[in-house]
Amino acid sequence: MIQRTRVLVAATAALALGLTAACGGGKDDSSSGSSAKAEFNAALDKVFNPSEKKGGTIRLANSGDWDTLDPGETYYGYSWDFLRLYGRSLLTFKASPGAAGNELTPDLAEGLGETNDNGKTWTYKLRKGVKFEDGTEVKSADVKYAVLRSIDKATFPNGPAYFEQFLNLPAGYKGPYKSKGVNTDQAISTPDDSTIVFHLKQAFGGFDYMAALPQTVPVPQAKDTAAKYKEHVVSTGPYMFDQNNLGKNFSLKRNPNWSAETDPFRKALPDRFEVSLNVNADDIDNRLLSGDLDIDVVGTGVQPATLGRVVGDPTAKAGTDNPNQSRLWYTSIVGTVKPFDNIDCRKAVQYAADRTGYQTAYGGPLAGGDIASTVMPPTIPGYQKFDLYPAGPDNTGDVAKAKEALAACGQPNGFSTNIAYRAERPKEKATAESLQQSLARVGIKLTLKPFPQGDYFSQYAGNPPYVKANNLGLVLNGWGADWNDGFGYLSQIVDSRVIRETGGSSNASVRDPDVDKLLDAAVGNTDAKAREAQWGAIDKKVMEDAFILPGVYAKALLIRPKKLTNVYVNPAYNMYDYVALGVA
Amino acid sequence: MITYIIRRLLAAVVLLFIVSAAVFAIFYLVPRVVGATPETLATRYVGRAATPETVNLIAHKLGFYDPIWVQYGRWVKGIFLGSEYDYGSGTEHCPAPCFGYSFITRQPVWPDLLDRLPVTLSLAVGAALLWAFFGVSTGVISALRRGSLLDRAAMTVSLAGVSMPIFFTGLIGLLVFSYKLGWTASGGSYTPFTENPADWFYALLLPWIVLAFQFSAQYARLTRAGMLETLGEDYIRTARAKGLPESAVNVRHGLRAALTPLLTIFGLDFGLLLGGAVLTEQVFSLPGLGKYAVDAITNNDLPKVLGVTMMAALFVVVANLIVDLLYAVVDPRVRIS
Repeated sequence: MIQRTRVLVAATAALALGLTAACGGGKDDSSSGSSAKAEFNAALDKVFNPSEKKGGTIRLANSGDWDTLDPGETYYGYSWDFLRLYGRSLLTFKASPGAAGNELTPDLAEGLGETNDNGKTWTYKLRKGVKFEDGTEVKSADVKYAVLRSIDKATFPNGPAYFEQFLNLPAGYKGPYKSKGVNTDQAISTPDDSTIVFHLKQAFGGFDYMAALPQTVPVPQAKDTAAKYKEHVVSTGPYMFDQNNLGKNFSLKRNPNWSAETDPFRKALPDRFEVSLNVNADDIDNRLLSGDLDIDVVGTGVQPATLGRVVGDPTAKAGTDNPNQSRLWYTSIVGTVKPFDNIDCRKAVQYAADRTGYQTAYGGPLAGGDIASTVMPPTIPGYQKFDLYPAGPDNTGDVAKAKEALAACGQPNGFSTNIAYRAERPKEKATAESLQQSLARVGIKLTLKPFPQGDYFSQYAGNPPYVKANNLGLVLNGWGADWNDGFGYLSQIVDSRVIRETGGSSNASVRDPDVDKLLDAAVGNTDAKAREAQWGAIDKKVMEDAFILPGVYAKALLIRPKKLTNVYVNPAYNMYDYVALGVA
Repeated sequence: MITYIIRRLLAAVVLLFIVSAAVFAIFYLVPRVVGATPETLATRYVGRAATPETVNLIAHKLGFYDPIWVQYGRWVKGIFLGSEYDYGSGTEHCPAPCFGYSFITRQPVWPDLLDRLPVTLSLAVGAALLWAFFGVSTGVISALRRGSLLDRAAMTVSLAGVSMPIFFTGLIGLLVFSYKLGWTASGGSYTPFTENPADWFYALLLPWIVLAFQFSAQYARLTRAGMLETLGEDYIRTARAKGLPESAVNVRHGLRAALTPLLTIFGLDFGLLLGGAVLTEQVFSLPGLGKYAVDAITNNDLPKVLGVTMMAALFVVVANLIVDLLYAVVDPRVRIS
């Protein structure tokens, strides 16, 4: 009861503050509207509690360790969202709720990239007057150095590998630490201090998305300490590191050498950010609900124990938002395992699967997400709504169609196969059990095979020889976009060329040369709209091949911070936009 | 006595050596025996889009292509002589005792262990004082007033303490005392004693109570049973017959004899706790050795797992050694032999 009363008081206070702020300064309301009413999804596509008030401290917590604070290596969405507080990449995503948040906007650069040769060379002009925290002006050479150092995979093995893949680097180039003195102008040239030109091996129409990667955040060579740089990243954003106790906590304070005049969108309202690491996940939820903490920085939603408390309490539910995650939970249907080499056997699985059961296994519509029928989630531009394998009016599967497909593949009485899932993930176990029941209706007998998640892709479900030898016909899988674009989402899960015989690939099943060709064609297209249509066509082709059984378009239930202003979900990160937040 | 101590110390070194070889084999040899290759092991430590070249590079860098005994030898050598680590733009020397570098954070393990130790030490010492005092005194009172309402109430509460796991009592404690009543600190608010003793005490108060609650319960029940057994002995009757005051009979003759088995258990419990109060540290987000171990296991960070295991083994061995020496103080028969 006390908890309820406190929530009510906090909600009322937030309402009052929001109204005050809304009356006082309505500048924030321009983009996609604003809201001050604490209701479910109040910050989903509009700004909740808008305010221009400066000052205060925002308290965040992470249930794990930060992957790394080094912009050259970090590879988590929450980290890319947060990094904009202390680093400025060439481009970034608009700080805006709704669809606009998915659009690229210049940050360190003056404008979007320019290409004169259909996407093989990309030029960016840097803004004048942007400085590092020590007052030194940022030059194009600092951006070039930052990108090149990130290519050293012996030092930064966890970071994205897109620059390594696309840049026209000298043969055998290993980054500035190991390949000292090597001329790299054939990959990146800097004609002057404010111009940087990227030279690619092949045309890439969506290169602007790569220019928005944190790897383009400038790094001063004189201050670079390679793997140790994460201990003190030199800031170009409105905040710089105050304390940094690796694995425990860190804090940001204002960067005196950041100028709002050079920054088109950062308001820099709070004075400080304090981040605790390795905090108990259930404790984070309790503290968020009590107002003792502002943000669960990872942004993947509440724990199962909290879900029931929030959903069952209308007041608590009004303090939450339920964004899409640009992630699909799905099942790979492995064509190298018999009888799934026959497309009709794969289709039998598509028809027989209970989609509602899949959704329930993932926690239902709020914590799990929406029932999926495509590979691309609706948040990826180019998404087309279609369903090649309708599962009946109640989405529990079409048994008659499944039996037809089984007859067509020469297995009218069904067959036996194994289904792999990660042992540490109860939702995957529940999904495997649901599929076991629904496929049994047409005679497909599944044996559950749990594997440790640490080695799931490297040794078991993503290791082709192991998969074949152990008859793993179905593999539970999931994938989130590196960025909200067809390439950023599809390239690692439908391109057969990323499959490695030694294991480790997330593409556990899609092997279609036609899909590879379609991907190559889309990558080289500089027309964004036409490219989006191509991503949609690839999605359809993969579904026609029936290599992927879509399960759930993932959603997360986020607890909206009680004491913060300018709260909204940025769709590029699928979580609250950390750059916009202020303290009430 | 000195010979005894030297003998025990040598045995402890041999034991630690065996533990290190066993743990190393579990994490490095067993995966290879069941089919893992250097590349599949390295895949755990690269990004999700890593190329085969990157995987190969990391397998080389982490030494996975070397024979298992070479890898073990390198690790042992690091402990006694230190080792070198290539961090990209240079090489860092990790002085002895170097327990290697984390595969994930690429930080040396030993400074991490030293950094986490005071947290675990603070938790373990505070909780041990509480449970030793409340556990033993509750057990003594229950034994002396056997069958009374007080005895039954104390034993019921202690049964509850033994039955309820810390991840339950801890979370309930946080919810009630921290978030609803605001009497104790919230999770994750540990402050080192050297920075602010008051905040240190405030942050640890609830973890101490929760941890001590479970242990006190066990100790109360053990003390009660031990006291009841001792108080029925002939020499207690003799002591009473000699006219000794009841307090002297109970404390000097009853409790002292009942304490001997308790001391053994206390040594084991305290040694294990120093190796990391895993659940308590996890629930209260205390950055101690237990939390460090859990995070290391979750991330498959083998050098960290090895380091924390060795430290835990060391504490258990040392705690047992101290307990054996304390026997001589508590039990005169040991002194004579």
